[in-house]
Amino acid sequence: MDLISNLALGFSTAASPANLAFCLIGVLLGTLIGVLPGIGATATIAMLLPITFQLEPVSSLIMLAGIYYGAQYGGSTTAILINMPGESSSAVTAIDGYQMARKGRAGAALSIAALGSFFAGTVSTFLVAIFAIPLTGIALKFGAAEYFSLMVVGLVSSIALAHGSIVKALAMVALGLLLGLVGTDIYTGTPRFTLGIREYADGLNFVAVAVGVFGIAEILRNLEGEKSRTVLMAKVSELWPTKDDFKRMVGPVLRGTTIGSALGILPGGGAILAAFASYTVEKRISDRPEEFGQGAIAGVAGPESANNAGAQTSFIPLLTLGIPANPVMALMVGAMIIQGIVPGPNVAVEQPTLFWGIIASMWIGNLMLVVLNLPLIGLWVKLLTVPYYVLFPIIMAFCSIGVYSVNSNVFDLYAVAFFGLGGYLLVKMRCEPAPLLLGFVLGPLLEENLRRAMILSRGDPTTFVTRPISAILLAIAVAVLVVVFLPSVKAKREQVFQEED
Amino acid sequence: MKQLEFDSTNAICGLTFIALGSFFVYQCLTLELGTAFRMGPGFFPLILAVILTGLGVIVLAQATRVKGEPIGPVALRGMLFILPAPIFFGLTVRGLGFVPSLFFAALIAAFASTRMKPLMALLLAIGITVFSVAVFSYGLGLPFERFGPWTRL
Repeated sequence: MDLISNLALGFSTAASPANLAFCLIGVLLGTLIGVLPGIGATATIAMLLPITFQLEPVSSLIMLAGIYYGAQYGGSTTAILINMPGESSSAVTAIDGYQMARKGRAGAALSIAALGSFFAGTVSTFLVAIFAIPLTGIALKFGAAEYFSLMVVGLVSSIALAHGSIVKALAMVALGLLLGLVGTDIYTGTPRFTLGIREYADGLNFVAVAVGVFGIAEILRNLEGEKSRTVLMAKVSELWPTKDDFKRMVGPVLRGTTIGSALGILPGGGAILAAFASYTVEKRISDRPEEFGQGAIAGVAGPESANNAGAQTSFIPLLTLGIPANPVMALMVGAMIIQGIVPGPNVAVEQPTLFWGIIASMWIGNLMLVVLNLPLIGLWVKLLTVPYYVLFPIIMAFCSIGVYSVNSNVFDLYAVAFFGLGGYLLVKMRCEPAPLLLGFVLGPLLEENLRRAMILSRGDPTTFVTRPISAILLAIAVAVLVVVFLPSVKAKREQVFQEED
Repeated sequence: MKQLEFDSTNAICGLTFIALGSFFVYQCLTLELGTAFRMGPGFFPLILAVILTGLGVIVLAQATRVKGEPIGPVALRGMLFILPAPIFFGLTVRGLGFVPSLFFAALIAAFASTRMKPLMALLLAIGITVFSVAVFSYGLGLPFERFGPWTRL
């Protein structure tokens, strides 16, 4: 069995003392920022990205992955205890989780969330392991035209999942792609859009853009109306759920895992959508729908499993195709490139220890989260009382250090301030930054594959529709676009995002 | 006479897209476009820039039809203190060195909140500096000069 020997290789890599330590740091850090509202996984990973340059590639990716799924766990703690999602994907958990906490069942809600997440994490890690190799096989048959079309699918899906106006999200993608093209043209060596600044000849620094658009813009938004957090701290007692609770969480957890795994694979999809979809399904099939919103166990177990499964399977497009499914995965692409690894189907073949090590570390990380987080809940609760005005100077300092350490270029720091301002203004104009960042990462790849495909087809643009895989992918992209513009879907989509706010 | 109502947020947004799009279009025209067979450096960006401008026009047109919510409060104080922090760090990290530069950057950023008191800000900035020097400079061994040439007399 290849799978077993591969997994064995993965576990032996991930279980080395150093990697275990980095996995632990990652999940602890992830939980920390997940618990704290106002700072997300994207900004944290962007800040830490340059620092991981010093580490082994495997260790750095294991740690970054740990931050990502650790944040999903931490986010639910905040959602349950203070009715405020620490991460956007746990917004749904807040609905019923907080009600459970108010009824004195905070401990049970937290355990259900943790156990559901762990189960989902285990299943979806195996899914990643099982599907990674066959998908890699398909991906190796991809030519330039297929890559182009696949990236179009990813960009279009990111639009479908953005808040607010679809037209604006499309514009964000276009702007992101353009910003990604800043720098020297690879074919001719012509500098493009650098405004004559020599330091931008290698392109805008990805970390600077990500930190600015996500980190700093977010801080500014939080500073708009400073309100003190009312921490109605529910007392956490009786962590272990009752037998009846267990009986009622099995179904939702299984369904949530299935939904989450499926939606996570979609480029542009992932945890947030998965949680909403699971909640909707549970509410519809429940024999006690009136309980939802009043502290239904299914309303915690389902979405929590779904968002964790989605977070996990969103690694599949990254590991097999090198295509990021969401902004965090885009940062992982950045991390791989910093380490000199070209993301794509070749990673599994050329770097088996890295590939399987990451997959195995996900399961180990999930285990750590369950074992550590339940006893540590008291500590996380204390953290919630740290006021925001203490946090953001710390974040700013780390941002500056992180960005500067990428390649000791002070222009990157000016770019951070510039993109922080730009990102904030875009948020004020109700534009989503996620499609912009995805476009920024994919811009150069998209252009390169477009140009290569056109050269291969001798200037015939029909190559994108006459090659079957490419045609199917483009058809998917068109279908997604048509669907999001349908009036009924549009209304439903607005409603979903309204609930989230 | 009915007053012309429009969503000012979307109007500004549309105009911004048009301005950015036009800027990129203008820049692309100075580049070689090439043909569809052998695309020059300006070909793909020109398409994108035209799309961006077009989307800006659509957003602007939509702004005249519906009245949206107002733009809301703007974090002026936040911008005034947060944005200069990385710039200050960039300007001084080579001259002053890592330690003083980071201390002042953190101090500047701390004043972005109306709730921050001077003593608290000072303590916080010291704490951040000590922690960062320990972790990044000594712990991770990032190659920063701790005290730069400007601090030596």
